Amino acid sequence: MTFAPADFTRLNQKQDVELITRPSLSYWQDSWLRLKANRRALVSLYIIAAILFFTLAGPWLWPVNPAAQDLDQISQPPGAERTAIVVPPYQPWDGTALVQEAGSRDTEGQEAERPETGFRLAAPATTQGVRLSWEPLPGATGHRVYRNLFPVGEELAFGVPVAEYFTNDALFFEDRLDVQPGTYYYSLVGLDERGNLLEVFETIAVDVRRVITVEEALEKGLVAQAAALEPGDEVELALHPLGTDYIGRDMLARLMAGARVSLFIGIGAPVLFVLFGVIFGSISGFVGGRVDAFMMRFADFVVALPFLLFMILFKIAFGIGPGESGVMPMLVALVVLMWPATARLVRGQILQIREQGYIGASQLLGARTNYLILRHMIPNTMGVILVTITFSIPNAIFIEAFLSFIGMGVAPPTPSWGSMSNEGIRNMLTTPHELIFPAIMISLTVLAFNLLGDGLRDALDARMRNTE
Amino acid sequence: MWLYIGKRLLQGIVTVWFIATATFFAMHNVPGDPLLTDRAMSPEIRANLEARYGLDQPLMTQYFIFLGNLAQGDLGISFTHENRSVNDIIRERFPVSATLGILAIVIAGTGGVLWGALTAIYRNRLPDYIIMFLVILGISVPSFVVAALSQLAMVNINDVIGRQVLPVAGWGSIRHMLIPALVLGLSTMAYLTRLMRSSMLEIISSDYVRTAKSKGVPPARIFTKHQLRNAILPVVTVLGPSIAAITTGGFVVELVFAIPGLGRFFVEAVQQLDYTVIMGTTVFYGAFLVFMVIIVDILYGFIDPRVRLQ
Repeated sequence: MTFAPADFTRLNQKQDVELITRPSLSYWQDSWLRLKANRRALVSLYIIAAILFFTLAGPWLWPVNPAAQDLDQISQPPGAERTAIVVPPYQPWDGTALVQEAGSRDTEGQEAERPETGFRLAAPATTQGVRLSWEPLPGATGHRVYRNLFPVGEELAFGVPVAEYFTNDALFFEDRLDVQPGTYYYSLVGLDERGNLLEVFETIAVDVRRVITVEEALEKGLVAQAAALEPGDEVELALHPLGTDYIGRDMLARLMAGARVSLFIGIGAPVLFVLFGVIFGSISGFVGGRVDAFMMRFADFVVALPFLLFMILFKIAFGIGPGESGVMPMLVALVVLMWPATARLVRGQILQIREQGYIGASQLLGARTNYLILRHMIPNTMGVILVTITFSIPNAIFIEAFLSFIGMGVAPPTPSWGSMSNEGIRNMLTTPHELIFPAIMISLTVLAFNLLGDGLRDALDARMRNTE
Repeated sequence: MWLYIGKRLLQGIVTVWFIATATFFAMHNVPGDPLLTDRAMSPEIRANLEARYGLDQPLMTQYFIFLGNLAQGDLGISFTHENRSVNDIIRERFPVSATLGILAIVIAGTGGVLWGALTAIYRNRLPDYIIMFLVILGISVPSFVVAALSQLAMVNINDVIGRQVLPVAGWGSIRHMLIPALVLGLSTMAYLTRLMRSSMLEIISSDYVRTAKSKGVPPARIFTKHQLRNAILPVVTVLGPSIAAITTGGFVVELVFAIPGLGRFFVEAVQQLDYTVIMGTTVFYGAFLVFMVIIVDILYGFIDPRVRLQ
């Protein structure tokens, strides 16, 4: 059988044998898609972006000096009443009975209920002063006046003694000692001739109103110069959206300033020590042999050092001078002590990659060391490095907060979230917001970075690729 | 095995020596005068004090004296609490911290293992979600905040009930220890729970568990004999670092709860720049932590026969 050329027809060559149905994705594109599919990680990413915005753009949006003290509003929770009534300038009081002055408007007929005898208010209680007068208690030849923030109760907790008289000549007292708006409980206790406490006492609750004089209002810029203020008018004090701390500093401004310190250490230190660890680990892994053994012995040794003890020790040894914030010493100490974990990790990765077939192939094709490191080693360890940085950030923030909390961190008045918590914990029972706001910021940041780290690890881990 | 133990111990001793050296030179670089007080001091008194603390010697001589004393277990005399030796202070304070720490480790260990096993068994169901949410919270909230909030909660609970259920601060009875130990162990417990969960998940889907199931071994027996025992091993490895975390975490907890432990004393000494106490307690803590990690590593070799120590 013979064939003629006509017997043959040309085979119709299919063009789409190797049709690519999905777009080709690089490692990073694939990782990004995987990260986007992880809702928790994505939300964390938004939270981190918001925190960074709060830190960087915040001071422009809320340009209040974080160190400025507002002495009229100390330890005020957010949303606290901040109206003040304008009153005439302060006049000393000689204990005589007072008639209601024109203009010093009292609230809702309190005047009528004010008793005429006993331990009583001689004038409406204001932040200018609380004027008290009384008749001698039975059997008392002297009196002591106490002030408390809480009712006296069964255990007779009178509070702080504010005045003491050993005769019955003076039956009045004006309390001007740091009077804040709110309720005070004044107690009058009788004294005998030797100044010992008698069992007779009287207690009254006093509601103190905030007042301000025209001069003060003008001086603090609360009203325009031109505005004519009459006694009895109401003035709004400066706004503090998140309240003020124990010496009257604006919490929002301080949180923003503190965020800069906390995040500078929290992000700066991990980036630096991971960088150092990467260099150390890749040299060690790449060179190998005795150098490797020696370098890794050294890293083992640094790991064995008790970390926080050495942080404290470094802090002491650096010795923060007056006017310094102590941020830099902390950064250096963190870098010096935290690099070995990254170095070990990167070394392990490099050793693993070095044995891979594609490295040998690349070498066979004549690739030089530089090319191998830049093109193969670093991109392939990048994922691990990124995950390490992400997990190191919450760690570093925690360490900063811990050290600042025990008084070994940044020096006051520099705010950081840790030192703010430290200051806030002292007034925790009366004004919890001073602790709660910085604590929320720390927790939120740490939480976001932890969840992002989880997501990144899942997204970047090559072994996890295309397993769904 | 014995060679390994000897090697580790030697390594530990070198580490402790390094800690001592670093502490010594760090403390001598601190700016300021250790003998400076508010009152004026005559040159004679100063000379006497310097002689007492050995500050009149050259630095290297002081260093060798320090090392020599250290080798004999003598940590010197406190600067601020005069006439009290650091050994004495440690002997008085450390048992308190150790009690608290042991309680915290026990709580963290048992809690972590149990919660971790529970989440793995109820994987992707409600108990898993609840516990893992709490775990994330436990990892993210700093211990001093947890301490402060639990204190606040105890104040309110005691107030509402009308009698003292658990004391808010202080030290003395077991009732004083519960809340601080729980707070101290919390973050470690959260960490161990995560670890236990992942190791348990691996084991649940392993071949020998399936074999045991198909042989008809009761589930409770599989859980205790096969799953728990094997899953617990990774938890044991991190016990060493956990002890370190709990020891240093104790600084904060002792501070907040007013517990008279060594941690609080150390923090106070640091704040007052009490040189000998800082040096002594740092070396003591350092040695303690280094040897704790070594002991845990060695114990691990006994627990897990698969680990061959070289």
